[in-house]
Amino acid sequence: MSALAIAGVWKFYGDFPALRDISFTVEPGACVALLGRNGAGKTTLLKILAGLSRPAKGRVTLFGQDASERSARASIGVLGHGIGIYDELSAIEILRLFVNLYGLHHPERKAMEWLERTGLERVKDGLVREFSRGMRQRLAVARAFLHSPRVLLLDEPFTALDDRAIAVLQTVLREALAEGRTVLMSTHQLREALELAMHVALINRGKLAFTGERTREMADDPGWIYRNYGEA
Amino acid sequence: MQFLRQTLTVTAKDLRSELRTKEAVNASLSFALVILILFSFAFDPTSETTREIAGGLLWLVFAFAGVLILNRSFARELANDCLETLVSSPVPGSALFVGKSLANYALLIAIEVVCLPVFGVFYNVTWWSRPWELAMVLALTTWGLTVVGTLFSALTVNLRLREVMLPMLVYPALIPCLMAAMQLTTTLVAGEPIAGDQWAWVRLLAGFDIIFTSLAVLLIDAVLIG
Repeated sequence: MSALAIAGVWKFYGDFPALRDISFTVEPGACVALLGRNGAGKTTLLKILAGLSRPAKGRVTLFGQDASERSARASIGVLGHGIGIYDELSAIEILRLFVNLYGLHHPERKAMEWLERTGLERVKDGLVREFSRGMRQRLAVARAFLHSPRVLLLDEPFTALDDRAIAVLQTVLREALAEGRTVLMSTHQLREALELAMHVALINRGKLAFTGERTREMADDPGWIYRNYGEA
Repeated sequence: MQFLRQTLTVTAKDLRSELRTKEAVNASLSFALVILILFSFAFDPTSETTREIAGGLLWLVFAFAGVLILNRSFARELANDCLETLVSSPVPGSALFVGKSLANYALLIAIEVVCLPVFGVFYNVTWWSRPWELAMVLALTTWGLTVVGTLFSALTVNLRLREVMLPMLVYPALIPCLMAAMQLTTTLVAGEPIAGDQWAWVRLLAGFDIIFTSLAVLLIDAVLIG
């Protein structure tokens, strides 16, 4: 069974077709880089996969379950454009909040484990509004990975990260892939993404322009795929 | 059990956030107190007419001040895209809605409790003469206000003019609830018991709460997911 199956998905904003008949599958344990220019439809597709938006036509399933079902949402971790954490709460309170919302056992231990993995244990009681940008981003990574999701949906995860946050994210992503989790990440940072991704999907003006394995040409020259399959 | 835990987690989170920032509570409480005091200057507190309209004035103040709390309910989730994070989690929309409603309810009741003594002093009414009946009216009406306001807060959260749109949507929907509350409160602050036909207003309040709570729980997923 595919980890992600996207079948004939259309999405309109008014009359504008943001996604046009997108179909592809992602196998369990795969890491797919979702590429495309700004406005190509990457974020729209990720929102549909995360259950945040409904397709006008077509179907999206996660391990055979409709993406909008609650049990399907329990198996995804989402790191979007916004970091999804509350400025007025402390780091430990935020992780406890999500541990409780996901119904995980041992909330305190789980929260502390992820604070340590992201190097935030010393500031666990500090309010997020007092954190630097990098610390907030590491906390967002902890929040997204906290419940050990089977599928990770990452929307431009490397954008605006500092060096330490990039290192943390790459480490936890490598660990997640080693554990057999599935990753779909949209990105403009081709070098970082293609270090991890073995598969590539390219969206061009809402249509799937390419899907397949990452090749040597793509890894050597990240612009290659745009020149050959995308817009000039 | 899972639903209850998720609901209470959302309630605790909202209350903790609000008590740390005090954005909505400070605005709502100061607005309610100022309006109560200003209205009292417009009417002679010794006249019988003032006592006849006191219940109506009180609920107008609570309704206006309450919207300031309700406006923040979903708007506070916009920063850092927290609403998307909650919606993409396995928390059902109904748990999110009920959790937020309970937090709003607690804040509104707290503001009403602070305002009641001020109301008693400035309008020269003995609001405490029927405490249990008044508590019942406050509880039922405030829940109606909370449920309608929280639902419309979710509906208007992504609108630029949400501060304007929320009252425009909420007040017409609240007319039956506010009418009942005004009638009953006027009776109670005059020291008279709820009796005879006036129980119909209580039944209307209870029915309003049940209908709008059910509707909101059924509709919230459609409201939250675009």
